[in-house]
Amino acid sequence: MEVQKIKRFTSTHSIWLVLVVMVIFTAVMNPRFLSMDNLHNILMTEAVIGILAAGVMWCILAKGIDLSLGSVVALVSVVSASFVQVFDYGSKLFPNLPDLPIGVGVAAGIAVGTLIGLINGLLVAYTKIPPFIATLGTQLIARSLAQLYTNAYPVPTLKPEFKALGQGWFLGMPNIVWFMVIILAISGFMLTQTRFGKNIYAIGGNEQAARVAGIHVEKNLIKVYTWSCFCAAVGGVLLAARAGSGNSSYGLNYELDAIAAVTVGGTSHSGGICRISGVIAGILILGVLKNAMIFIGINPYVQQAIKGAIIIGAVVFDMRKNAKKA
Amino acid sequence: MSEYVLEMRDIVKSFPGVRALKGVQLKVRPGQVHALLGENGAGKSTLMKCLIGIYQKDSGTILYKGKETNFSNVYEALSSGISMIHQELTPVPARSVCENVWMGREPCKGILVDHKAMREKTKQLFDRLDVSIDPDAVMSSLTVAQMQMVEIVKAVSYDSDIVVMDEPTSSLTETEVENLFRIIGQLKEQGVAVIYISHKMDEIFRICDEITTFRDGEYISTDKVDEIDINTLITKMVGRELTQMFPKVECPIGETVLRVEHLSVPHLVHDVSFELRRGEILGFAGLVGAGRTELVEAIFGLRRKSQGKVYKDGKELQIKNPGDAIHNRIVLLTEDRRGQGTVGVRSVADNIVLSALERYGFPIRHREIRKDSTEYIEQLSIKTTGIHQLVMDLSGGNQQKVLVARLLLNDPDILIVDEPTRGIDVGAKSEIHAIITQLASMGKAIILISSELPEILGMSDRILVMHEGSMKAILDRREANQETIMSYATGGVEQ
Repeated sequence: MEVQKIKRFTSTHSIWLVLVVMVIFTAVMNPRFLSMDNLHNILMTEAVIGILAAGVMWCILAKGIDLSLGSVVALVSVVSASFVQVFDYGSKLFPNLPDLPIGVGVAAGIAVGTLIGLINGLLVAYTKIPPFIATLGTQLIARSLAQLYTNAYPVPTLKPEFKALGQGWFLGMPNIVWFMVIILAISGFMLTQTRFGKNIYAIGGNEQAARVAGIHVEKNLIKVYTWSCFCAAVGGVLLAARAGSGNSSYGLNYELDAIAAVTVGGTSHSGGICRISGVIAGILILGVLKNAMIFIGINPYVQQAIKGAIIIGAVVFDMRKNAKKA
Repeated sequence: MSEYVLEMRDIVKSFPGVRALKGVQLKVRPGQVHALLGENGAGKSTLMKCLIGIYQKDSGTILYKGKETNFSNVYEALSSGISMIHQELTPVPARSVCENVWMGREPCKGILVDHKAMREKTKQLFDRLDVSIDPDAVMSSLTVAQMQMVEIVKAVSYDSDIVVMDEPTSSLTETEVENLFRIIGQLKEQGVAVIYISHKMDEIFRICDEITTFRDGEYISTDKVDEIDINTLITKMVGRELTQMFPKVECPIGETVLRVEHLSVPHLVHDVSFELRRGEILGFAGLVGAGRTELVEAIFGLRRKSQGKVYKDGKELQIKNPGDAIHNRIVLLTEDRRGQGTVGVRSVADNIVLSALERYGFPIRHREIRKDSTEYIEQLSIKTTGIHQLVMDLSGGNQQKVLVARLLLNDPDILIVDEPTRGIDVGAKSEIHAIITQLASMGKAIILISSELPEILGMSDRILVMHEGSMKAILDRREANQETIMSYATGGVEQ
């Protein structure tokens, strides 16, 4: 009985074991890895990816994908930055803009990002085109809009209150990490504690069955894609705040990093399987890996290959685990 | 060499839980059309799939042209001269007609496909068989009937010695049926044997020479068509004893709860009207494809109806999607358990509460979910390791009970159960029958769709018989028997 319990524990939490092993191994190779500064550094680097992961996990759970996230980050960063440039800065994007509270910039950015998500949702739910294609299209469109909006120049010199969102600290942690924690917590709560979560599990597991069970599949899909881009919008605002400027080149391939984290975290691309603890572990594993490879001194040209191998390995392992169950 | 081109003897084929063929035989002469007759699930298609190598028989002998044969795949069967037209079409919709006809054996010049020759050969075939379809048309632009004709042409193009036709006319219009019969005539003249599977008695009596009847995976008889009449044949098809599997309890039937008026679904259901009363089990009988599932899907909001009204308790209902139906306490147990019923990767509890999530509030009250699902697991004696077990790990019967629990949790007034016992073992079957009867005695109104006549006859108070999308009769329990239902269902009797 005990043995079985341990077996089940290790099987459901195997991913956390992997993380622990990685941390111990790196710490042994280079004790400085465990310094508070470095741990903060890992979390800060992964915060925006983590926030995106909290969004895209829903799309993957619903048997879809969202490729537009990175571009949404860029678009939101320039839109919100354009409203919060220091009032007497000489080359503002909008020279005649009155002195607005930073809330306007945040709200404008979030609104634009969420709107892209709504469009993704409508496309996926009603035109029935594959989510891969729909969000690939909006990815290109959003990136293009960001470049048009700024002529591809950065939008610098932002108000200090705005920058504080991304650069400040609270209770011994960077604000940006707290934002990631909050967004992940909301996602986890929705996943397990609300009808919406249960509906998406069912839609991802068997869309037809969900429909026959009386679930409004289209409405729910729209919510999923809107939430996904809302998360990306939060990420875009924070990235602009942290960097102190908006830039249409931000967020390149961020969606792929987020998708990788969600996937390593055991979320099934065949839909219907996702755990928030897995997603968190996935984010941390990829973050620790990136950082650890630098600490151990692995050839930079090999680092991407190792990341790739780990993503493939994680999914193969997961598929085998699931296949055994079936 | 014997007088038969094909002899199948003592063929046995089992699937997990079912013996589909229990030692059947079939003897086919060259130049003859041999009908294979039996109810849905009698084993006709299974036997044909054993013949052409889709399935491997468990035991028995197949003699083809006097030699013992055992094809391990369709390619072997085709190259030995046996081709088959399948009941379900398998076109590649985005490719042209001629590419579909010559798929896998494209005429080549060297390593390059010779498109010109391909088109020429298709044209010749079409001319010879009097089919007027453009060989260059894209498959998906054709009507279903035209696709069926292409499939027929394809089967003939192999110049086979045996052509198996599994319900070839199910989607053909009258002129095309005539054309098919002319093609069959040509084949006969060339000495080709045709094995013809159909439910349509008039067709069988018109073009067939001999008829072999199966029932429940067993061989019943082979008769010459001019030595037998329709009624004897129907009795042979269905003539089995009603067992005590159906614990029908007479219960008081109340007022009308559901009224359906002039309901139609384009091409599938034509102008069906009926009433359903409290405590009543209304059986829907008919052959596969008669439009029964489509009819209830239209009532349940899964399919758009082109006309017709649905009233519950005298009030007209506007049902646009299944959610609306469930809110009006109409629930459906789907015939496609895996495809439209269970969410396999989720737990028993998640599956049970799926369509009643509203009642668990925000945030979800997990304790109540646990309590309710445990209750239903006990009440329906669902065999599971617990509420967290994944539904895909349950047996078919227990999966079905999980779906029944899902329906009951919505406290329905009207239950539509579509093939509730298909593919589940005998024990679970009678349990499900008992549940249905019990629900009726509690005053629920039930529509029971089943292709098993004994089930329909054993369970129903009244029986609605459909044929090709139209309602042919509503029979009372007392006046219904297998023969009358079958003759209505095959279109044998006109109203």
